Amino acid sequence: MKKFNLPKLLIFVIAFYAAIQILYSTEIMNGYILHIINQSLIYVILAVSLNLINGITGQFSLGHMGFAGVGAYVSGTISTLVFKINPSSPNGMLIFILAIVAGGLAAAVVGFLIGFPSLRLKGDYLAIVTLGFGEIIRTVFNNIDYVGGPRGLLGIPKFSNFTTITIAALITIVVIRNLVESSHGRAMLAVRENELAAELVGVNTTRYKVLAFVIGAFFAGIAGGLFAHLLQMAHPTQFGFIKSVEVLIMIYAGGVGSITGSTIAAFALTFLSEGLRIGIRAIADATGLPIGGEWRMVVYSLLLIFIMLFKTEGLMGTKESKLIRLKEVE
Amino acid sequence: MLVVKNLKVNYGKIEAIKDVSFEVPDGKIVTLIGANGAGKTTTLRALSGLEKTSGGSIVLDGVDITNREAHKMVPLGISHVPEGRKIFPTLTVRENLELAGWTIKDKKLVKDRIEEVFELFPRIKERAAQLGGTLSGGEQQMLAVGRGIVTGGKILLLDEPSMGLAPVLVDEIFSQILAINKKGTTILLVEQNAAEALDIADFAYVLEVGYTTLHGPAKEIAQDPRVREAYLGV
Repeated sequence: MKKFNLPKLLIFVIAFYAAIQILYSTEIMNGYILHIINQSLIYVILAVSLNLINGITGQFSLGHMGFAGVGAYVSGTISTLVFKINPSSPNGMLIFILAIVAGGLAAAVVGFLIGFPSLRLKGDYLAIVTLGFGEIIRTVFNNIDYVGGPRGLLGIPKFSNFTTITIAALITIVVIRNLVESSHGRAMLAVRENELAAELVGVNTTRYKVLAFVIGAFFAGIAGGLFAHLLQMAHPTQFGFIKSVEVLIMIYAGGVGSITGSTIAAFALTFLSEGLRIGIRAIADATGLPIGGEWRMVVYSLLLIFIMLFKTEGLMGTKESKLIRLKEVE
Repeated sequence: MLVVKNLKVNYGKIEAIKDVSFEVPDGKIVTLIGANGAGKTTTLRALSGLEKTSGGSIVLDGVDITNREAHKMVPLGISHVPEGRKIFPTLTVRENLELAGWTIKDKKLVKDRIEEVFELFPRIKERAAQLGGTLSGGEQQMLAVGRGIVTGGKILLLDEPSMGLAPVLVDEIFSQILAINKKGTTILLVEQNAAEALDIADFAYVLEVGYTTLHGPAKEIAQDPRVREAYLGV
């Protein structure tokens, strides 16, 4: 049997958490940086859960942010409603957790409804179906007036903070990592490697594809809920195709199949994207060149091209950090 | 014992298998020989549930296993080594073998079987930590057969194990198949290389455009003038 090296990982996360808290409370680090860290951690959840679908199980999904959208709108609607009725509820945190989990479950149900009929499709075809699904979700939110339509769902109570997001990201990593190393995870790997051979060693390939899809969607829904309660709004444009591609890029840059890689890439690319915004503005101010903030996407894309050219397998390949490596125990 | 009676398989409107019947007694090697398109691979795919049958029956040790899903065939005792190897390319050789024992609860048994495979194919043992996709064609074939051994069960279905191999490796793989059989495994072997297949088999069936036309002890089939002319090129 393999066992998770939880103490080591916990020590690392607690150290990380304490360091950030100290830096923030001593005002060495400002709220802006903390906000980016929060965003990075939410992207960790999105990237790791998409990696379960794309990297581990080998099913090419392009609609991951659609599931995040379901989670954001469902959890946002629930918590907004509850706080409209009772603004000074003492059980705020509990309501928040329930709302987030409800968002995750709603996303999982939608994941099942999309996955069950479409996972028979392979490669490009599945990509197109999931792409279409993501756009449908976005359009649906855009047209439901009750959740704000094109204005977005506003006034969501701010419950996501560094603590809740860190805990959620940690749980995601531990759960998905354990899943991958379990016999269910082995079955998912077999599906990725060769579906026919997987079936011939006794793996119910349809079942495992759907399972990966549903679990991935669940965590995406959680991430969406955290986003909604961090930004205090949910907007259709946050969950479009381009955003799904951003998450996809993270798993490719980090190494397909590597949870460590997805985690590092989620941080690196979120910071890079923000850093370039500041950097390019500074260059524009200093030199007077007519370069706007949108130029950051050019630099960002160039950097990605270089990563893919010189490290095709991504930053981590399929390797995992020692922190989440499982050890053999008899 | 595997008993196949009046098997029929259609691909849409095309009848790939029209009427195929044969038996595989326990502990024996039975071979299905025939030209391209005769229905050899389709027959194996129907046995392991990869293809739905439209008629006939497949009975393994008294249990009717016709038309079950492929993944349910493994616990019933069918171990199918598919045509074209189909190994897990980005997993190591050892992981390939471990996954082959996915349905087996007793992990000690899986370990023992992997050791058995390593004994039979020392070259695979040397490459245990290497990724499956980096093996040569012959080694991949050995790995595929090794996976079939780990999956285990009552009968091993081998689909063209000699396909695309150098002549020296062809001899090697056939002698290894014989060795697997000597250890007590029942084997159904599908081959285009009729000469080698007839050489190691106990019984043989000849497939022609969806029908089993001839059958008998392999030695007799190898002497049949029709077989000699059509498949052995003598």
